[in-house]
Amino acid sequence: MIMPLLKGLGITLSHLFKKPVTLQYPDEMPEVAPRFRGLHALNISHDKAKCVACYLCPTVCPAKCIKVEAGEDENHNKYAAEYEIDMLRCIFCGYCVEACPVDAVRMTQTFELANYKRADFVFTKDRLLEKK
Amino acid sequence: MASTEIMTVNMGPQHPSTHGVLRLVVELDGEIVQKVTPHIGYLHRGVEKLSEHRTYHQTIPLTDRLDYLAPLSNNLGYVLAVEKLLGIEVPERAQTIRVILAELTRLKSHLVWIATHALDIGAMTVFLYAFREREKVMDLYEKISGARMTSSYFRVGGLSREVYDGFEKDVREIVDTFPGHFDTYEGLLTKNTIWLQRTIGNGVISAEDAIDYGITGPALRGSGVDWDLRRDNPYSGYEKYKFQVPVGQNCDTFDRYKVRMTEMREAVKIIKQALDSLKPGPILADAPQVCYPPKENVYNTIEGLIHHFKIASEGFPVPEGEVYQSVEAPKGELGYYIVSDGGTRPYRMRIRPPSFVNLGAIEKMAKGAMIADLVAIIGTLDIVLGEIDR
Ligand code: SF4
Ligand code: SF4
Repeated sequence: MIMPLLKGLGITLSHLFKKPVTLQYPDEMPEVAPRFRGLHALNISHDKAKCVACYLCPTVCPAKCIKVEAGEDENHNKYAAEYEIDMLRCIFCGYCVEACPVDAVRMTQTFELANYKRADFVFTKDRLLEKK
Repeated sequence: MASTEIMTVNMGPQHPSTHGVLRLVVELDGEIVQKVTPHIGYLHRGVEKLSEHRTYHQTIPLTDRLDYLAPLSNNLGYVLAVEKLLGIEVPERAQTIRVILAELTRLKSHLVWIATHALDIGAMTVFLYAFREREKVMDLYEKISGARMTSSYFRVGGLSREVYDGFEKDVREIVDTFPGHFDTYEGLLTKNTIWLQRTIGNGVISAEDAIDYGITGPALRGSGVDWDLRRDNPYSGYEKYKFQVPVGQNCDTFDRYKVRMTEMREAVKIIKQALDSLKPGPILADAPQVCYPPKENVYNTIEGLIHHFKIASEGFPVPEGEVYQSVEAPKGELGYYIVSDGGTRPYRMRIRPPSFVNLGAIEKMAKGAMIADLVAIIGTLDIVLGEIDR
């Protein structure tokens, strides 16, 4: 009756000499996979956001959390005058990235999104452009 | 003579052993359970209704959130149902990768089961070890799909993207090391007197009752009914793999424990066979009306761009009709019944979650048990409230 318990104790004891697996977050940061779907970022080309305001991403977004407003620049090109993602509604599915026909939006490895005010979760175009 | 009185006790919805937000109203005669009534719905998000306002493509992320311990099994059942309605054939490589991932999901789900089940009965060490191993599968999930839990990796017609370099190596490492870990858990539990006393003879449900209640999955097989959809109604190429379907005899918690442990070992065998048969090839069906074109075409050709716009902005229409497709999810038979009116959105989607049906049997299994054994019965049913409440 006592033998199986001792055997179990042996197993736990053997773990005493193994390297601990616990990650000491936030002192140690986890290694995040390249494909990780974290905070969005808008891609830049020729010093401008690549987005052409085609409205595909707000259309496919299952959470309907992207707001795009099209504008016309001095060369009569369409661009996104406004681009906003509400991170409180976003479900991080990556459909916007999959749908973008000009590779203008990507998802980064940033996963620490906690904030103090609701308004801080609305990521405007400027905030999304900040990430290089 | 002392008079006794039936006492009604509320267990949950914030009870650590109810595995989510389950509320049980228990009627007790002393310590003996007279009646258990589950109250559900605390996690209801209306997935079925929401899907009526989403395209077939947009519904995939909703299915992740049913049984959140096994998201890829949910994805699989859903995409198979839509594919069946569309009548499209998925390429072999995509099918094989789906099988590998579905079996890894089984491991992942069963690891949570053994961890929490053992913790509920008082074996904390197993909990820590099993979660350590589960992390390996989660890492693989993250590498392949970009999320640890809400994977949304499968698409109607195949996979969302090709696997990453080194996928096969990572999977091999898992299948090579996991059987050793299973030995560890069994070493801690299988002959442990406390474990045996808590599980043998607990939560008995006869094969006949199990079938009457509609129980499926390991809980059914633990009662000695030899029924596994992967073998008896194969999908996604399961007919190609050789594996045993373990069944129990005594219909109790201990037998269900053994069934699930063996199932994990069998899952490892299936993954090995699938890896060996994995060949390069396309990962999306040749169905341009349904699948996105490759990104190079979208960036470089006008035809590709138009094609991409059409699918992204409208979705794809699915022929009128109705379909039922079920898969052997880690917890039992997960079925999707979809009615299409020929549009781009499901007219109606009904999900048959295994946990919901299995939970119904708790009134039978818990009757006459001690109150302390109730947590063991919840654990052995392996329920997840995400899919019960939908
Ligand atoms: S990740 Fe999904 S939910 Fe979030 S903005 Fe993109 S499409 Fe919408
Ligand atoms: S899909 Fe791309 S280009 Fe179109 S609006 Fe969204 S980010 Fe801009």
